[in-house]
Amino acid sequence: MVKSTIEETRVSNEQAIKTYRPDARISDIDALIVKDFSVYYETEAGTVKACDNVSLTLKQGERFALVGESGSGKTTLAMGLMRLTRPPGHIAKGSVKLNGRDVTKLSDDEMRKTRLSELALVPQGAMNSLNPVMRIEQQIMDGIIDHLDERDSRPSAQELDEIVKDLLNRVGLRPQVARLYPHELSGGMKQRVAMAIGISLKPNLIIADEPTSALDVVVQRQIMQTLGRLQEGLDASIMLVGHDMGLVAQFADTIGVMYAGRMVEVGPVYEVFSNPKHTYTQLLIQSLPSLKEKKELVGIPGLPPKLIDLPPGCVFSPRCPKPTEECKKGKIEMGLIEVSPGHLVDKCCVNCGQN
Amino acid sequence: MTEQTEAINSVPKTKGSRSVVKILLSILNHFVIRRFLFFIFVVWLASTVIFIIPRLSGQDPVKEKLLLEAQRGGAMQTGLDEMAKTYQKRFGLDQPLWVQYRNFIGDLVKLNLGVSIAFFPRTVNDIVFESLMWTLGLMGTVTILAFILGTLAGAFLGWPRRPGWLQYVFMPLLTLSAIPQYLLGMILIFIFAFKLGWLPLFGGYSPASLPSLTFEFVVDVLRHAILPAFAIVFSSIGFWAIGMRGMMINTQGEDYMIQADAKGLKGARIFVRYAVRNALLPQVTGLALVLGTIITGQVLVERVFSYPGVGDILFQAIRLSDFFVIRGIVIVIVLGIALATFLLDVLYPLLDPRIRVRNS
Repeated sequence: MVKSTIEETRVSNEQAIKTYRPDARISDIDALIVKDFSVYYETEAGTVKACDNVSLTLKQGERFALVGESGSGKTTLAMGLMRLTRPPGHIAKGSVKLNGRDVTKLSDDEMRKTRLSELALVPQGAMNSLNPVMRIEQQIMDGIIDHLDERDSRPSAQELDEIVKDLLNRVGLRPQVARLYPHELSGGMKQRVAMAIGISLKPNLIIADEPTSALDVVVQRQIMQTLGRLQEGLDASIMLVGHDMGLVAQFADTIGVMYAGRMVEVGPVYEVFSNPKHTYTQLLIQSLPSLKEKKELVGIPGLPPKLIDLPPGCVFSPRCPKPTEECKKGKIEMGLIEVSPGHLVDKCCVNCGQN
Repeated sequence: MTEQTEAINSVPKTKGSRSVVKILLSILNHFVIRRFLFFIFVVWLASTVIFIIPRLSGQDPVKEKLLLEAQRGGAMQTGLDEMAKTYQKRFGLDQPLWVQYRNFIGDLVKLNLGVSIAFFPRTVNDIVFESLMWTLGLMGTVTILAFILGTLAGAFLGWPRRPGWLQYVFMPLLTLSAIPQYLLGMILIFIFAFKLGWLPLFGGYSPASLPSLTFEFVVDVLRHAILPAFAIVFSSIGFWAIGMRGMMINTQGEDYMIQADAKGLKGARIFVRYAVRNALLPQVTGLALVLGTIITGQVLVERVFSYPGVGDILFQAIRLSDFFVIRGIVIVIVLGIALATFLLDVLYPLLDPRIRVRNS
């Protein structure tokens, strides 16, 4: 985990966690309400529950971060919310209310129009999420053009050109970048282009899927700052998918910890970091390196379980350092309960009483 | 290329001869020029090899031809040697090797391929040009047609949102592509020309008709072209379709395809501008290479249909060891392949911006 993305590199972990956005404008309107959302993959060996009964709520203007190990279902959830799950995966159940509409019930064409205009994805732009044979300007324009209503008059080439230049300017790129091809850009520039595309239709919700992976720490910081500025400018909500706890701590307002396809802990960043309730969250935070003292890095022993063959009882029990018999046998039903306002934790770890 | 022009513009005109040399060098260093020089080099090298190899065989084409004539017209062995010598002198074959080579290269530059031995006194240029028209007319058209149809078929077959019935098209295409073209040709001849008698059995046009630009003659030519065209199209559609389908499926896994969906683009745009556009690149390379070889690629098909193309002429020339014609055809083939590669090199950067031109 990279530490130097935290606002001031000299600040220790413990201090950095407290950096909470003082000027955040979070409204009372629920931008996104996800209920019992499940994405299953049907394979020959059985059903893989990559995302199981996830519920969460995002206020307009809120920054929500989704963390967890690789394979914990973060990206599956993010892609599922956009209905971009590919076969053999499918949305098994649940509802996703975005601006009052259930996106799981939209027709394919309505869903297509919702993407980018209400719900935008900022992918790992440093990878190859840009079409290698199209100029940047074309890739920004085509999303805009395909979202025009039949009634709208098509904007002129000059108008489109202005829009592209404005978008590039907002993500901190020179207007000349419009005429370039993706291979002529650096990783950070590609990520900025990906953000320019993401905000081109002023969405209410931006899903940023590990936007800083494959970038060096200096660029990571710049990208996160730009992303935050854009989000604030649009008054949009953001769902940041990532596994960099340090980066998340600094950026997000609320945090959701996923493990084996389930949400195990959700709460305000400060609350979760200072008073983690779930054993997995505690271990994740412990594994962060500290700048204050020189000590050995602590990991979480074991591997995430196979999603096709989940352990009985609490999914985390095989790796839990102090599991009770009840945890292992699954006498406690899994599910989130509220421990303090806005802070939800899986029942198992709450009932355990050891925390 | 803009870099190049900038470099030229930046050279001050007053500097004199040194800057002229600089400009000349920079022009010579231009990507297209470099590729063209390489093209010339390849053609020269190939022609030299073509010049040397028949002369290593030790056969005397003039004598072969005379012996053949002699056998045909009854024994007339006497005076054959003198006759051979006379003809060798006429063809310039009695001169030292380097003089022959010099003459050959000189003629080549003037695009003069010499005189045929078997079809004397017709010139090789004449023979090759005439047969090339037939070959390019049929094979060129048909190859491009097969490329377009096959690539389209492959593009749809590799598209997850295709209509369901399309998958039943794939198996027959695969089977057809496994049948050799000449065999398919023979089957077609047997059914449609021999059994049903709907179409002519052989040739490029009816032996009775005279080549002219009348409506009847054009229809006649087209009727003769149908069977060979079908033989080639059907057996190569599968080839293009399989390649394109594979590339389309590869493209589906790319991040930019997911991003295209996430951008809420229309299906048609994703298909054309994202999937097909990227999957097409290796197909174009394939097409250029195939176009370079169509001249010879269809020797067997042309033979089966006795089609008066280059393949058929090459076959006859080899049988009569007419090495001026063989050489002429081989040179045309080399030119064809080298030209196709040259064009591909020059055009490919336009298709794929990642293939950058180094103007160092």
